[in-house]
Amino acid sequence: MPTEFLEREGTPLPANVAVRRVVVDAAQWTQSALSLSGLDARLLALWGADDRDVDGAFRIFAAFLLPDHVLLLQHAMPAATPVYPSLAGWFPVADRLQRAVYDLLGLKAGAGDARDWLRHGGWPEQYFPLRRDVSLTQSFPVHSAPYTFVPVSGDGVHEIAVGPVHAGTIEPGHFRFSVVGEKVLRLEARLGYTHKGVAKRFEKMPLQEAHRLAARICGDSTVAFSWAYCAALESITDTELSRRAVALRALALERERLANHLGDLGALGNDAGFAFGLVQFSSLKEQLLRLNQEAFGQRYLFDYIVPGGVATDLITPMVSTMLDETTRLEQEVGALRAIYDDHAGVQDRFLDAGLLSPELAQTHGALGLVARACGIAQDVRIDLPWPPYDRLRPRRVLRIGGDVAARVQLRFDEAMESLRLCRMLLDMLPEGPSRVDVAAAAPGRLGLGLIEGWRGPVLIALETAADDRVRRCHAHDPSWQNWPLLEHAIHGNIVPDFPLINKSFNLAYSGHDG
Amino acid sequence: MFELLRRIRRTGILDRPLPASDSTDPAMSGLQENLHAVFGRALRIRHVDAGSCNGCELEIHALSNPYYNLEGHGISFVASPRHADVLLVTGPVSVNMEEALKRTWEAMPEPKWVLAIGDCGACGGIFGNNYATRGPVSDVLPVHAVVSGCPPSPQRILHGLLQLTRQLDTDELPASR
Ligand code: SF4
Repeated sequence: MPTEFLEREGTPLPANVAVRRVVVDAAQWTQSALSLSGLDARLLALWGADDRDVDGAFRIFAAFLLPDHVLLLQHAMPAATPVYPSLAGWFPVADRLQRAVYDLLGLKAGAGDARDWLRHGGWPEQYFPLRRDVSLTQSFPVHSAPYTFVPVSGDGVHEIAVGPVHAGTIEPGHFRFSVVGEKVLRLEARLGYTHKGVAKRFEKMPLQEAHRLAARICGDSTVAFSWAYCAALESITDTELSRRAVALRALALERERLANHLGDLGALGNDAGFAFGLVQFSSLKEQLLRLNQEAFGQRYLFDYIVPGGVATDLITPMVSTMLDETTRLEQEVGALRAIYDDHAGVQDRFLDAGLLSPELAQTHGALGLVARACGIAQDVRIDLPWPPYDRLRPRRVLRIGGDVAARVQLRFDEAMESLRLCRMLLDMLPEGPSRVDVAAAAPGRLGLGLIEGWRGPVLIALETAADDRVRRCHAHDPSWQNWPLLEHAIHGNIVPDFPLINKSFNLAYSGHDG
Repeated sequence: MFELLRRIRRTGILDRPLPASDSTDPAMSGLQENLHAVFGRALRIRHVDAGSCNGCELEIHALSNPYYNLEGHGISFVASPRHADVLLVTGPVSVNMEEALKRTWEAMPEPKWVLAIGDCGACGGIFGNNYATRGPVSDVLPVHAVVSGCPPSPQRILHGLLQLTRQLDTDELPASR
């Protein structure tokens, strides 16, 4: 095997999980991809950096999730020819990631789809916002760029175009359905509408303040993203958190998972024509959010996770209130689950809808909830446990069905498991400070934060600059991996089932668009 | 089925007594009555996410839960801008959403109003202005009222609607209402 260097070389990188960085040339980049695709590796994220000010090179980074660690490949390109070999042949998700890297930085993948992805005509073609010689605030008038969807032709095939503005209160995105009658032959999504230039905004922000931006990459996963950011910063600065602080962070993360699962379970019932479910679950969710407000001063826990710990300590009386809430929620969710399970009409809509085969999920590198509903055992909390999950030891929950029903059942399972974890955390909340100081970071250091949010693993790659500022910060949401799978799952279903199937994935737009 | 019906009965109606986290908040019912007095049961809202992080959307969703029971009081979200009185806009306006936002606004019949939601909608929030964002909604559309907060609570959004209706009360309520 010409890829011995993969095992032999590499240096550990500051992170909350085990990460090894291997610097490769173009040939090794390709060889690595080939050999990693044979292992149980999934491509986690891909991003570029402009280091011309340091050594005249552009760099491309690829993070792979392996069973026991994260492997980071790093490849430098001369400024004059910023081209690197495409990974899309082995890792299909690379296609859109490579398009995004090009739109933002002008680094070109050697092969693959060359259509714009994040650039919709809002900035000029040869303007690459993440290059360092580009100002932080320059803006341009929109020249809306045409986008070519893959055409589907044949007898009776027609197209339905939906979005970016949808009928309900949903994030914007465009869906192009090719249908015969009401059957979907193909769905192609176009995303990027909520692209806010987050990576550019991160540049030069004070390291100790930028967690607030990380918290706003994807509002429903604010805990996961801000924890990932803080984990990267704390790893770079060798900050040791108190056991109390990490326990409180895990409590926040599990409550975020719970809130989202409760919301989704209600919405899924509603999309299956069962408004009762929405009423019940949205009430439970509201109660949970109100207790969050009381206990943490924030309904959705925005800015609760701060560098060095958490923003406010949990006062003792709140612990017993939360334990009571946990008991009540266990009963309520259990009772509602029985009602869902017994309801023939609802189950009829759930079963076999939006079926995703385990093989497809595997080859496309599905992540998080979507993967686990196809029987794929991926959960960073269990596979690469960081404190306090190393002590908590969450139980692995899996479903094998791959349909809407499996994703519903998995949410029930995970909600119950999160409640169990919350109980353990509250029962054994260690003493200690809720926050410690974070020292200034040395410039030019790279660190990663990888946190299993409610959708799946979210990643932050943080590089420091002088004066305790951000040089480059890349955020990745697992929706990148799962959006293409939604397009497969809808295949052969009827158009009216799309809202239900879409909801069962509930992928991020803002988290994806960045 | 029996369990289901029992549960519906037991849950009852949740919207009146709010365990108010902020005691200066007027009671929910007062707010709703006020809205009702101005708009009858006929306020229709179209929401557009113009680049939000999805945090504001979570709270707009919450408005429909039984505690706030927006629809129960005659205020509802509509699918088409052509049926809407108020445009609720969240997010700093992303460059990629600018055109869709303007088109939605243009599709609404007169009279019409814009309520910008969240710190982002009100002032651009943490995202500011750059190649990808235009900043506050008022840089792109005429804004009649704003609700700040990140995200603003459902109560604050209701206040915002009220503020808007009060404004309308004094000047230009549509004659047909
Ligand atoms: S105001 Fe806050 S919650 Fe709302 S879109 Fe902006 S960052 Fe997100």
